[in-house]
Amino acid sequence: MTGEVAVLGAGMHPWGKWGRNFVEYGVAAARAALTDAGLDWRDIGSIIGADTVRGGYPGYVAGATFAKALGWQGARVTSVYAACASGAQAVDAARAQILSGLAEVVLVVGADAAPKGFFRPAGGDRPDDPDWLRFRVLGATNPVYFGLYACRRMAVHGDTPGDFAQVKVKNAAMGALNPKARYRRRVTAEEVAASAVVADPLRLLDICATSDGGAAVVLSSMEFARRHGHADPVRIRAVSTVTPRYPNTVLDLPDIATDSAVAVDPPAETFRTSIARAAYEEAGVGPEDLSLAEVYDLSTALELQWYEDLGLCGEGEGVKLLRDGATALGGRIPVNASGGLASFGEAVPAQAIAQVCELAWQLRGEAGDRQVEGARVGISANQGLFGHGSAVIAVR
Amino acid sequence: MSRTRTPVVAGWFAGEGEDFRLLGTRCAACSSVFFPREDHHCHNPACGGGELTQVPLSRRGRVWSYTDSRYRPPSPYVSDPELSWEPCALIAVELQAERLVVLGQAAPGVTVADLAVGMEVEVVPGVLHEDAETTWTTWHWRPTGVKA
Repeated sequence: MTGEVAVLGAGMHPWGKWGRNFVEYGVAAARAALTDAGLDWRDIGSIIGADTVRGGYPGYVAGATFAKALGWQGARVTSVYAACASGAQAVDAARAQILSGLAEVVLVVGADAAPKGFFRPAGGDRPDDPDWLRFRVLGATNPVYFGLYACRRMAVHGDTPGDFAQVKVKNAAMGALNPKARYRRRVTAEEVAASAVVADPLRLLDICATSDGGAAVVLSSMEFARRHGHADPVRIRAVSTVTPRYPNTVLDLPDIATDSAVAVDPPAETFRTSIARAAYEEAGVGPEDLSLAEVYDLSTALELQWYEDLGLCGEGEGVKLLRDGATALGGRIPVNASGGLASFGEAVPAQAIAQVCELAWQLRGEAGDRQVEGARVGISANQGLFGHGSAVIAVR
Repeated sequence: MSRTRTPVVAGWFAGEGEDFRLLGTRCAACSSVFFPREDHHCHNPACGGGELTQVPLSRRGRVWSYTDSRYRPPSPYVSDPELSWEPCALIAVELQAERLVVLGQAAPGVTVADLAVGMEVEVVPGVLHEDAETTWTTWHWRPTGVKA
């Protein structure tokens, strides 16, 4: 076992479309996490920022940006970028510093101010950049890829648009109970079916919005936690940041083609499956031990895929698990008790940290109306553009 | 004034009519195929690295999945803002010989209603957009049962 780090505090700025600078959301989240931890900002030895590409240089150097906004106090600084997985990489960097003894207590912050409409690449002609090329040559927005995955599931597993809508219905019901969520209204399957098609077979309410938001956690060594009166803190037991294995034969954002399997057979497990397996192995637990999971439901269909990739059910059995109610509140393994991206919308560098916040609150029994009874072990999972795996396992 | 026909990306496809092909590269050491073309380093971690030479990809493949863009994609995609947006189908195609999947736009007039996973499609030359001097060319996928 690698060793555990304590989650002393968690904080979020509510998700929404507030139209303000990302720094404001990050600082609000950081202050909330520090208060939750019972610590002063000046107690923090290291700050790690998950970067946003939308804030110009201050976004690319988010760690220093947040440190300055909180007031320079000399802390060690790190900034990391891994697209949607930035937050998990920030948590991983914090853990590495703590376990190696470089820092005792670390503040991890991510925040974003998202534009209206589709995400698009940064400006300028960049014909060597796959993310630029897929827009220029194909007009392939993110929902196009979500549509491809959904259509593939329908053909291979027999999923239907009605099944996908039930994921939204479930997540909206849980998001309605979360004061930090952007969308806090229950949604019916009829409303999903009546929303406009964006990328066939997916409709507007199948696809997550883009949001403003900020999330932060305070992590420390177990020894620091004990010294500061946290006798039984939530612990992070695993952080998976794996890359794919060649050949990666599932078409992934932002690629125009897969690897070729002509010289080497594809690995037995897909990339997403390997993300979860690495986390389980590191934590010494399996899917049967989980109390809850927070997964990256960029689309409703993708949530079903995560059920299978996390081993919550067999391949192709995601819809059955959903229909049985296993992934709803009160079910065997609630998924996205926070409401998920369906209720939050994506604030890229904050999102994976927000997942860890939800795990922390659930494991402490402080999740209010959306509390998963007796939660002991939780996993968060996500996948960042360009081959960034991300999963965190927290226990109490 | 006639426009110059220019590929939207140089070196990704070539040829006219029946001879039109996507162009990839193949590693001389391990025979791995790359599209978009990789001209510098073989990506197979078990390969010591061989010379990468251009290779035309199979003309026909089978639909791995498909979808469409019901809303106008943002820049750098180029479309005429004066015209209403027509949904554009996109097809991910599995090439059996190369054992890879290549995404592309469907030929004009092909909609998601015309498509099914597993259906045979072929690559055909297409036009992405035109400006005053240039016709920007691309590749399209078209069901083999359909004639232009």
